[in-house]
Amino acid sequence: MASAEDIFCGLLRLADDHLILGQRVSEWSGHAPQLEEDLALSNIALDLIGSARALYQLAGETEGKGRDEDQLAFLRDERAYHNLLLAEYPNTDFAHTILRQFYFSSFQQLYWQAALESTLPELAAIAAKSLKEVAYHHRHAADWVIRLGDGTELSHQRMLAAEANLAPYLGEMFEKDALAGRLADAAILPDPAELQAAFAADRANILTRASLPVADIESRLSGGRSGRHTEAMGHLLAELQYMQHRFPGQQW
Amino acid sequence: MYAQGLIGADTASGETAEFLAAFQARIDANEKIEPREAMPEGYRRTLIRQIGQHAHSEIVGMLPEGNWITRAPSLRRKAALLAKVQDEGGHGLYLYAAAETLGISREQMTQDLLSGKAKYSSIFNYPTLSWADIGAIGWLVDGAAIMNQIPLCRCSYGPYARAMIRICKEESFHQRQGYEIMLTLAAGSAEQKDMAQDALNRWWWPSLMMFGPPDSDSQNSDQSMAWKIKRFSNDELRQKFVDATVPQADRLGLSVPDDQLVWNEAKNGGAGGYDFGPIDWSEFWSVVKGDGPMNRQRIAARQKAWDDGAWVREAALAHAAKKAAQPQAAE
Ligand SMILES: [Fe+2]
Ligand SMILES: [Fe+2]
Repeated sequence: MASAEDIFCGLLRLADDHLILGQRVSEWSGHAPQLEEDLALSNIALDLIGSARALYQLAGETEGKGRDEDQLAFLRDERAYHNLLLAEYPNTDFAHTILRQFYFSSFQQLYWQAALESTLPELAAIAAKSLKEVAYHHRHAADWVIRLGDGTELSHQRMLAAEANLAPYLGEMFEKDALAGRLADAAILPDPAELQAAFAADRANILTRASLPVADIESRLSGGRSGRHTEAMGHLLAELQYMQHRFPGQQW
Repeated sequence: MYAQGLIGADTASGETAEFLAAFQARIDANEKIEPREAMPEGYRRTLIRQIGQHAHSEIVGMLPEGNWITRAPSLRRKAALLAKVQDEGGHGLYLYAAAETLGISREQMTQDLLSGKAKYSSIFNYPTLSWADIGAIGWLVDGAAIMNQIPLCRCSYGPYARAMIRICKEESFHQRQGYEIMLTLAAGSAEQKDMAQDALNRWWWPSLMMFGPPDSDSQNSDQSMAWKIKRFSNDELRQKFVDATVPQADRLGLSVPDDQLVWNEAKNGGAGGYDFGPIDWSEFWSVVKGDGPMNRQRIAARQKAWDDGAWVREAALAHAAKKAAQPQAAE
């Protein structure tokens, strides 16, 4: 059986994925390779943060301790954030950013599709809303993966480098630990392991069209779900939490 | 974000007197001039310069506010700031498109910005040092932009006027949002109130400079007025801004950093208005010439985005060319 505590923790994982990736993508605002892409990346970041807010609100209500979205988003220690390591991976360059987005959106699209059947109606509603957004993120990122993989020798090389750096984090998306198992058994959240085959097919299709090699999905680097992060996470949180740390307990 | 009182326009035209008179008659009849219609070279050149400066201001204006996106103090504020910065990028896009109807490419305009040939609003060469600066920019800078831009909704050049109508709606939303940030700070802790006052102190005078040099110093203003590219003088707009903004500062409980600010019953033809202290025009010209606190960093940031993005743009072109060369395969 999944307890209220389980549901809270499951929602927090999901919310953290969206917040941390949204924070990363928002770093591009004003610095993208072209103006159209500035708008597109800002849009994706906005959607991610919007989903994070809905998920934190639901998590806060589930927990029942009066914590609001900002207390959950800003006032935890690094070890208490449970996002995928992929989400915190630094932007690095446009190739890494767009490939990271493609992987996350591909996974998340399958996840939200499955979450439409959740026995938690509030989550099914968030899934329905987010599904429309993630379909756009997926299409946008996949188009770029194809363009950059196929484009020039230099862009191809950059995509290969991004793939080599990000591939080790892919397996973490499908890990089914005890918590994920209890939530899946109660049909509250989708079983992540069941999404792997469809993800692999989508990935193979897009990478092939991008003239990029398709390696197996690795599970070499993980730990985000239990709060063990990469070195990059502390810096991300230092910026994210700056105001809340400096001026605790104030209204903004 | 905004159109500055135009810097350095050259309105001279080489057309015949008959042509110029016929064109002026159309303007006087409040006809809109459309892209493929005949127009004096000076009119075209002045518009390219003005719309280009305006577009560049939107784009460079994304930088000072973008500086606070990752540090916004709440998720609601983070989302609102992201959306605002995105709106400014959208304004840049419409404006580049409006300028392109006059026969200049976006690429050329971008090169002119990076080389320093084209200007952008002086205000964006000041740094954003605290969260309150995000409130002050929305309130004052977007507020000044609206003063400048509302009259441009009636500009004689059709594509610019139409872009302005769309943009002004969003700018007034930004202005209200910025003021709301200031209200929250002013009603908050002593630290928050200090932060708000400090931001007002730093942004007030640069905001007044946004309207451009005093009327006594602006060449070419008369020709721009006659062509209805400009509808009010720099000083008239500046006065309107001060008159509208001082009461807003009072409502916040913040003080405007000008000890010569005083209500004058006789001003504005007897309707009353504020007298205000002298503007430091040497500071303005130094910023316009490139020596403001952030000029080099702003252009360096745009240059870096352009250079770092070159391989991406090239790859997109190469992919499109390969696709065009292939017989259509099923997608
Ligand atoms: Fe604005
Ligand atoms: Fe704008």
